[in-house]
Amino acid sequence: MSILQTVEQPAETPSSIPGPRRTSLPGPIQFLGRAFATVWSNGKARIGLSLLGLFILIALLAPLISPDSPTSTDYTPYEGPSGAHWFGTTGNGQDVFSQFLYGARVSLLVGLIAGFGATFIAATLGLIAGYRPGVVDNVLSFITNLALVLPGIPLMIILAAYLSSHSVWTIVLVVALTAWATGSRVIRSQAITLRTRDFVTSAQFSGERLGRVVFREILPNMTSLVAASFFAAATAAVMAEASLEFLGLGNPATISWGTILYQAQQQNALLTGQWLMIFAPGLAIALLALSFTLINFGVDALSNPRLREK
Amino acid sequence: MRYVLSRIGLFVLTLWAAVTLNFILPRLMPGSPLDAALAKLAASGQQVTNAQRTALESELGSPHGTVLSQYWDYLGNMVTLNFGHSYTDPTRTVGGSIARALPWTLILVGVTTIIAFVVGTLLGVWAGWRRGTKADTTVTMGATFFASFPPFWLGLLLLYVFAFKLKWFAIKGGYSEGLTPNWSPSFISDAMQHSVLPGITLALTALSGWVFGMRNNMINTAGEDYVTFAEANGLKQRTIALRYAARNAILPNVTAFGLSLGAVLGGSVLVEGVFSYPGLGHLLFEAVTNHDYPLMQALFLVLTVGMLTAIFIVDLLYARIDPRVVRT
Repeated sequence: MSILQTVEQPAETPSSIPGPRRTSLPGPIQFLGRAFATVWSNGKARIGLSLLGLFILIALLAPLISPDSPTSTDYTPYEGPSGAHWFGTTGNGQDVFSQFLYGARVSLLVGLIAGFGATFIAATLGLIAGYRPGVVDNVLSFITNLALVLPGIPLMIILAAYLSSHSVWTIVLVVALTAWATGSRVIRSQAITLRTRDFVTSAQFSGERLGRVVFREILPNMTSLVAASFFAAATAAVMAEASLEFLGLGNPATISWGTILYQAQQQNALLTGQWLMIFAPGLAIALLALSFTLINFGVDALSNPRLREK
Repeated sequence: MRYVLSRIGLFVLTLWAAVTLNFILPRLMPGSPLDAALAKLAASGQQVTNAQRTALESELGSPHGTVLSQYWDYLGNMVTLNFGHSYTDPTRTVGGSIARALPWTLILVGVTTIIAFVVGTLLGVWAGWRRGTKADTTVTMGATFFASFPPFWLGLLLLYVFAFKLKWFAIKGGYSEGLTPNWSPSFISDAMQHSVLPGITLALTALSGWVFGMRNNMINTAGEDYVTFAEANGLKQRTIALRYAARNAILPNVTAFGLSLGAVLGGSVLVEGVFSYPGLGHLLFEAVTNHDYPLMQALFLVLTVGMLTAIFIVDLLYARIDPRVVRT
């Protein structure tokens, strides 16, 4: 006991006062910079990052670049594409192009936040399951496998149909709660291989608490894996949001790519020649999902140098 | 045998957990689905019979009776496949609607999954073996691109181009109007024509998983000693790729079969909705639009059981393909 405490003392000090980790403050930034450079050096990831940047720009600048207010109902309804209304107008007389630009906000928001939420659940459950073999691992693995075999989209539909409030946050919640299982499994198996490494053992012997060992020692060694599951979850989130809204399970007052598609389907846009109203938002969803997937090619190369391009 | 028994045990346990989750979910939700359901039933102008009321209560949660007794009733209903009545069409039982729709989805999803598996795996073998070449880039980029399409959107586009503009295929339904489903050759060919577009939609979006899985496995096996040895022996490239590398690389892909089926099932919900294809997905699409809670719940259960069964079968088959899993 006394030995343990003497060992614990020096282990605690560096974290409370600026120790070696803090003095090299640019360390994490350098790390991030190097990670970004590795991802950027991958041709596919470069396309993905540029695409994502473009969408972020559109989302931020939507009020400046959109020709009309997305909610004003001043125009002739059911109009096809024209010079005044590039993508036509909705049945309520709204300008679809302006809605399209504003729609980037909701899709990005849902994709990133729900992706983050799903990754948080995946990392927490996966790390704990991988670090604690036995009963804890068995229970968590069973829950993960159960979540994995439940058909995702039907589950989301059921959840969204039961939840009476249909705000964007409902969709974020539903997606985060259903899209974590794959990531959790991958993170768990990586945690199992890291558990017996020397640096983890030494951290355990120096008396570190469970949370610290798991999140400070093991987690940083699988950054790329966590990033990969984030982008995978974000892709799933963007798709799921569009699907739920297309089904009419979103809030029709929200302006997003999914609700444009829902409105288009309601007013039989394809048959009335308003094909851009379906084509444009769908393509945007596809490109946003594509950008996440392309970035993941670069993220994979972070952990696996074999995949790096020459 | 021990392997089979443990698989059966896991299957039953997961099945029980899924059924129980289906019981808990509506009870966890804010607001009462039961009240919403009863109001909906009353609004449609039909008499709410006592039997209907009890059936609804056991499915959606009732204010009286202990949770345990409700759960017991619910389990009994599930075992006897008594899913109650649909709200939209009270003359039809939920079980009947599902039984009518099930074969359509089973055939559509089954056939497209197999096609996507075969085509995707072959493309993956090709891309992995020719790693870094133009062929590899084309295949991987093409697969990535199609995987990014929301399936229902791809369906809408195909519908617009091939059914509406070119008029090659029917715009909606699983068979021509006026026909009654039967096993005559003329009906089957009619149904097949109707299923081409939804089938292509599902297969295209499901392809990428197989392509990437197989490509990455191929890259790993291409570095194995037995491949180098086969090359040193002067075997033809094609023979090495297919009979040596691919045979071993395909194993992890087989285990993904069950899970991929789930993705296709999920995609089929919206795709069937877009094409008004008379399967389970379309039924769920309609159930959601009509707030038909008993139908929704039963459909979710059926889809889950379908997935579990598929994974169970794949697990058993896998043991035959790769005997190593049984021994561990």
